[in-house]
Amino acid sequence: MKKPNIKSIPYEEFKDNETFEKLVAELNAGGANVVVRKLDDLIDWGRSNSLWPLTFATSCCGIEFMAVCAARYDIARFGFEVTRNSPRQADVILVSGTITTKMAPVLKRLYDQMADPKYVVAIGGCSISGGPFTKSYHVVRGVDTVIPVDVYVPGCPPRPESFLYGMMQLQRKVKVENFFGTVNRKEKDPFAKEAVREKEKEIFSEEEQA
Amino acid sequence: MLFDFNVISQWLHGALTSVMPEWAAILTESILVALAIITLYAVFAIILIYMERKICAFFQCRLGPMRVGKWGLLQLFADVFKMLTKEIISMRQSDRFLHNLAPFLVVIASMLTFACLPWNKGAHILDFNVGVFFMLAASSIGVVGILLAGWSSNNKYSLIGAMRSGAQIISYELSIGLTMLTMMALTGTLQISEIVEQQYAEGWNIVRGHVPAVIAFLIYLIAGNAECNRGPFDLPESESELTAGYHTEYSGMHFGFYYLSEYLNLFITAGIATTIFLGGWAPLHIIGLDGFNGVMDYIPGIVWFVGKTLFVVFLLMWIRWTFPRLRIDQILALEWKYLVPISLVNLVVMAIVAAYGFHF
Amino acid sequence: MNLDIRTVAPENLREEMLRLRREQKMNFLETLTGMDWGEEGGLGVVYTLESTETGERAALKTATTDRENPMLPSVSDIWKIANIYEREVYDFYGIKFTGHPDMRRIFLREDWVGYPFRKDDEPEKENPLRMTNEPLADVTESYVLNPDGTVVKETHPIFEEGEYVVNIGPQHPSTHGVLHFRVSLDGEVIRKIDPVLGYIHRGVEKLNESLTYPQTLALTDRLDYLGAMQNRHALCLCIEQAMGIEVSDRVKVIRTIMDELQRIDSHILFFSCLCQDLGATTAFLYGFRDREKILDIFEETCGGRLILNYNTIGGVMADLHPNFVKRVKEFIPYMRKNLQEYFDIFINNVIARNRMDGVGILSLDDVISFGCTGGTGRASGWHNDVRKRMPYAAYDRVEFNEITRKEGDSFARLMIRMDEIKESLNIIEQLIDNIPDGPFQEKTKPIIKVPEGTYYTAVEGSRGEFGVFLESHGDKTPYRLHYRATGLPLVAVMDTACRGNLIADLITIGGTVDYVVPDIDR
Repeated sequence: MKKPNIKSIPYEEFKDNETFEKLVAELNAGGANVVVRKLDDLIDWGRSNSLWPLTFATSCCGIEFMAVCAARYDIARFGFEVTRNSPRQADVILVSGTITTKMAPVLKRLYDQMADPKYVVAIGGCSISGGPFTKSYHVVRGVDTVIPVDVYVPGCPPRPESFLYGMMQLQRKVKVENFFGTVNRKEKDPFAKEAVREKEKEIFSEEEQA
Repeated sequence: MLFDFNVISQWLHGALTSVMPEWAAILTESILVALAIITLYAVFAIILIYMERKICAFFQCRLGPMRVGKWGLLQLFADVFKMLTKEIISMRQSDRFLHNLAPFLVVIASMLTFACLPWNKGAHILDFNVGVFFMLAASSIGVVGILLAGWSSNNKYSLIGAMRSGAQIISYELSIGLTMLTMMALTGTLQISEIVEQQYAEGWNIVRGHVPAVIAFLIYLIAGNAECNRGPFDLPESESELTAGYHTEYSGMHFGFYYLSEYLNLFITAGIATTIFLGGWAPLHIIGLDGFNGVMDYIPGIVWFVGKTLFVVFLLMWIRWTFPRLRIDQILALEWKYLVPISLVNLVVMAIVAAYGFHF
Repeated sequence: MNLDIRTVAPENLREEMLRLRREQKMNFLETLTGMDWGEEGGLGVVYTLESTETGERAALKTATTDRENPMLPSVSDIWKIANIYEREVYDFYGIKFTGHPDMRRIFLREDWVGYPFRKDDEPEKENPLRMTNEPLADVTESYVLNPDGTVVKETHPIFEEGEYVVNIGPQHPSTHGVLHFRVSLDGEVIRKIDPVLGYIHRGVEKLNESLTYPQTLALTDRLDYLGAMQNRHALCLCIEQAMGIEVSDRVKVIRTIMDELQRIDSHILFFSCLCQDLGATTAFLYGFRDREKILDIFEETCGGRLILNYNTIGGVMADLHPNFVKRVKEFIPYMRKNLQEYFDIFINNVIARNRMDGVGILSLDDVISFGCTGGTGRASGWHNDVRKRMPYAAYDRVEFNEITRKEGDSFARLMIRMDEIKESLNIIEQLIDNIPDGPFQEKTKPIIKVPEGTYYTAVEGSRGEFGVFLESHGDKTPYRLHYRATGLPLVAVMDTACRGNLIADLITIGGTVDYVVPDIDR
């Protein structure tokens, strides 16, 4: 079994290991080739240590995100300080703050504009469930209704420490990814060239009609 | 005496010609040199990016990368692996051919210029009688890549960024040309190896040419900084205005090329400053102290060259992390109203200095 | 304070308003609040006005019972800020203002159905989450009232054909949140700015109508999160005044110190973000380094860093932490010393000066007409400090100067904030040594009911006058709770400030007028 290893937190201190371990077991059920697995490890190592966030903030949590980037908490220690303003170049979108129904399509579009592999971290109560505004007529109750979320960081706003912990959780998640070793995939590869082309055609024709 | 790199290249040539015909030997050598330059290019880009992140952290009372590898040394490798496996997005309604071509133009331009740098006595890749001229010409190909990127992205931010960079780079090229010309008036040659040899024999140009050379050096630093689009002249990408400027729409390794070439251009700018003003690979000599000079000669030229270059890079980074960004009209006013007239006067002064032999 | 509201019929409104403007010099339109008084009361608007010369105040209301097609006369030509306020009322209540040049929705999507703030509207029923890109109209409407009483609908284009329009935002690094400017450019010169708001409109005011008074407090911190203390202070003050609760001296002093600490925090962040916007990243970090010291002080006493939830009705949540006085006393000299660093690294830098001197000049008439309170107004010479105009808490017993400047450019706006940090430090210094003893929380009834009436209370927030407009019908929930957003006038003034400047100046001006978007959108 592959134990995700992050230098900054000892493995024992990390409480919820089971989820990831089950995931790894499931993914590796068929057993991947040693070489492939090693290559995957290398790429996963690269990806997990170089998660460049998109500068995206809608409200309070954004200020805490700035605090995380600042001297005391210094997100740069993990190599995440290269915040990109263009979604094309970012790896992870930290949804910090309330997402309103007017903002939801914009968020979706930002997510679509990002290049694969891309990750989403929902920061704070608002983006997890709507938070204190959950009864409002103009608030999306959780960004997971709009885009898939990888890690949830609760808080209102979360402390910088939780930000960092959330990012480390994301690192763990990235570490169990497969880049080459998709040996036991049952369904059709959604990124195969023909499939992508067909999808493109569909989208184009839809757009033309609209 | 200073180590001469010709020994190695001649030995290699001899060894190769002994086992293969002349043309094959030259072909092999070319391939080896090409591999070496690409490796060096990548290595220096990584060193510079790491250096920038650490230095920036130092100025900002932070720690900088420190978790990945000892002192964060492996951070950049992680970035490279990530970048290599990142999706490259091609957009509809963009000019795909030009869009894909643009980053390569930028990289080719900086690589050509990179090849002109004198690493050590006898270690030049490109060296001929109009070397400086070639270097200037090659470095200005880069702006084409930037303009193409802005144009082909079909994005208003990119377009504004590209237009800014066009105006800026072409203007500042003038200052760079003029400062070079000033120094050429002193050295009397355009061949890079000869410029350095001369400085080895007679002292660094910045000392030889005293006042006009110092002025030229300062102007060159300003213009060179503007030439590689770095703060306070980072208008073409000016993050807070145009999100990412001309490379807004680039992702994956295509963006990586821009990222690499930005840092390489910085290295090249510093390298040229070293070559022209600070004596290239020539060691520090103080007249009269023969013992000291002898010791200095034992340090290989490549160490001198890289050391001086990194020092200039540090200066430029210091500027980058201290000053706020200029506005487009201020950038152009600075160039056309101050730097160009000063350089022109400086050229005349230098011509007088050179003609009447007022230099050291 | 309890508002003494005069009712004016819609036909006479314009006449009355023009009279007030001319004869009583009521040149500052403080609030313009849409109201729904049900079937009999109809839909209406409450105006509160103030004269900056005499300090006189007035409150008026007008209403129409036509719920199908409500129309009221516009006052947008008398006060410039009314333009954006009336659009807000149109957006929430569907009241059309005749004579308004640009009657479009401002917060909600243009394809939104219904008017959510009406008491009989069910916004969620008709408005599912729409994932299509928002249609942005290129034409705007206006309703013109003819002399014979008929109303004609006219349409105008927002941007001319062939204008080069760049979208700045909603996701843009220097709009300080999700703000959207449609900017028409001529080369790099700005010709017109059309702000599109509402990307963080959370319907706080509507939510308040279904929350009890203590519950409404929680949302104020999240409006302008850099003025969390002051916002909550304003609401507590308003409810306390309405109910006649007198808080102890200790609470007053604590609230004053906290407000001033919050102001320093906000001004440091203002400086940091401005530096970031102008490309001086290092100065940004310096600001944050000092800001953490204030957050430490807050954290010890309040438990939070940003959202503090400290003030309550009749007091504060918890007594001061034993370390509080010591920490604050350490902080004052520390901050004074470090303020000099800001000048060394950024403010005295020649490039920074060139970027800010003479950029985005706002005249005194403009800031008053737009109601730009706070540092932005004071930079143009408007004495608008609520702490001096209508002293509250412990501000009547401390000595401090109201900082004003004449220039009205970006640099003046920056310097106002820097000087206010010093002034706030002085205020804290005067109070910190003699915090009186007393209870930190008055006894209140378990269920708080505010007596019937309309109340308005303002405090000096970090970026201007933060007002609370409360109409109570004697229930345990407010009938209408409206906040005078400090940021909305600041966004409204952007078009005036930016025209003719370069696109890089938009960033400078936006940074120096200092708005916080969740406060604008509420």
